[in-house]
Amino acid sequence: MVRMGDVFKEYENGTKALKGINIFLDDGEFAFLVGPSGSGKTTIIKLLTGEIAPTDGEVLVNGFNLSSMRMGKMPHLRRTLGVIFQDFRLIAKKDVYENVAFAMRAVGAGGRDIRKRVPYVLELVGLGKKARSYPQELSGGEQQRVAVARALVNNPRLIIADEPTGNLDPPRSLEILMLLQKINELGTTVLVVTHEKTLVDRLSKRVIAIDGGRIISDGMDGYYDYYEEQ
Amino acid sequence: MKSNRAAYYIKEGFVSIFTHGLMSFASVCIIVACLIIMGSFTLLAYNVSYIIGQFENENIVLAYVDESLSEAVARGLETQIRAVPNVASAAFVSREEAMESFVGKYENKSLFEGIGADVFRHRFVVYVKDIELTAYTQSSLLGIAGIEEASANLSITRGLVTMRNIVSGVTAVLAAVLLIISLFIMSNTIRLGTFERRDEIAIMKMVGATNSFIRWPFIVEGFMLGTMGALVAYIAQWLVYTLITDRLTGGGRVSFITAAPFQRMSAPIIVAFLAIGILVGVVGSSMAIRKYLKV
Ligand SMILES: Nc1ncnc2c1ncn2[C@@H]1O[C@H](COP(=O)(O)OP(=O)(O)O)[C@@H](O)[C@H]1O
Ligand SMILES: [Mg+2]
Repeated sequence: MVRMGDVFKEYENGTKALKGINIFLDDGEFAFLVGPSGSGKTTIIKLLTGEIAPTDGEVLVNGFNLSSMRMGKMPHLRRTLGVIFQDFRLIAKKDVYENVAFAMRAVGAGGRDIRKRVPYVLELVGLGKKARSYPQELSGGEQQRVAVARALVNNPRLIIADEPTGNLDPPRSLEILMLLQKINELGTTVLVVTHEKTLVDRLSKRVIAIDGGRIISDGMDGYYDYYEEQ
Repeated sequence: MKSNRAAYYIKEGFVSIFTHGLMSFASVCIIVACLIIMGSFTLLAYNVSYIIGQFENENIVLAYVDESLSEAVARGLETQIRAVPNVASAAFVSREEAMESFVGKYENKSLFEGIGADVFRHRFVVYVKDIELTAYTQSSLLGIAGIEEASANLSITRGLVTMRNIVSGVTAVLAAVLLIISLFIMSNTIRLGTFERRDEIAIMKMVGATNSFIRWPFIVEGFMLGTMGALVAYIAQWLVYTLITDRLTGGGRVSFITAAPFQRMSAPIIVAFLAIGILVGVVGSSMAIRKYLKV
């Protein structure tokens, strides 16, 4: 669940990254967030994960009000989120299994739960056979699937992906987006930042487009040519 | 669940020590060196006090009683003398006893024929608690009505007291400086660990690990390094001290000074070393981890 109401963000150096953003995402929804480079997409993601605070406006995520929350509550919010990045952010010296198990251990899960849950999640992302491989032995697409497994393993209510396909070729990108769609069908809310115009069109999902820190369209129908027409 | 968690912290702490083993080794060495220097100076200060203590037994003030007072009245002054601050004990010596002990020192008793006990005075032999306050005690005793004179030999101990004060002062300053140095080195060692694991820490934060969960393995690491340093330093201190005191006092043969035996201080030393080592380890690691916990 996401409720962003009239959100402004100005960075310390004076850059006005967001100028009145309204985004409402209900539980179970799937949405793409698109826009040109520098339009404020990552800023929105960072606001949702609590990495930065808004200059003005309300940010509610999974029932937590980030504008007024105590810092001590941050871990509780983050346990309801799964975050995926363009650069995977896997730990090179841990194998696939450990990269995923590590995220469970970090929130205090017990050994038995970990041994049950990790293989299940790896199977779900299609990496059941690669559990003992190291990240550098995997293709980019496989590495990103490990990151998806890690985001998924603590059973989050909302998955946020910031350009998860940015480093992948089109077939791998489609695989990742299909995987995220499958996860959404299993009940998790998903918000994906992406540039993949053709893929976005193929999946026919809700698309929120921003430019210059403002929402320029939000709906199910072909928005995406908006800034190509400019 | 709780013991599970503790096992995790300890395991992670150990792993961290060995992933940058050289730096861990270096920081243990620094702690050992600092503790031994601190310990040696403390032992030196302690020994000066110990030697002063040996002199203290002989450091007496003789308080002479007014000649006109009878023995009974003179004896009665004892309670007042005992009430003077810094007086450990006071023993009455009558003029007869004083004469006997004086005459007793000489072979030729005829020298003293015709000399009566009345040329001696009743006196108290007063032992002081703190040698440093002898002069003050002396003047307090003079203030008692019925005490004519008080004599003390201050010069013997004055030098030792000055030395004790200098050694204690140097020890305190040195200890403070070394404490800061070890804290700095320790926090840099742990900082190396946090730097090696900054990606892990970032992901842990992102998935919702609490700050204390992230901090604990590093605290454990600092704790273990500090404990190791303290134990090694204790053993080294023992060897160094025994070696040096043996040299100085002629290997236990007769000597005019005796050093305090190490066993006498072993308990406070191990406790102090562990306390300092653990303090340095834990505070050093808390300092190192702080900046990674913000985001
Ligand atoms: N930490 C920062 N400090 C200052 N300006 C920033 C910072 N992060 C992003 N910006 C600026 O904010 C704007 C939006 O950036 P961002 O949200 O990263 O865009 P996008 O992800 O859509 O490419 C850009 O102009 C960018 O330069
Ligand atoms: Mg971005």
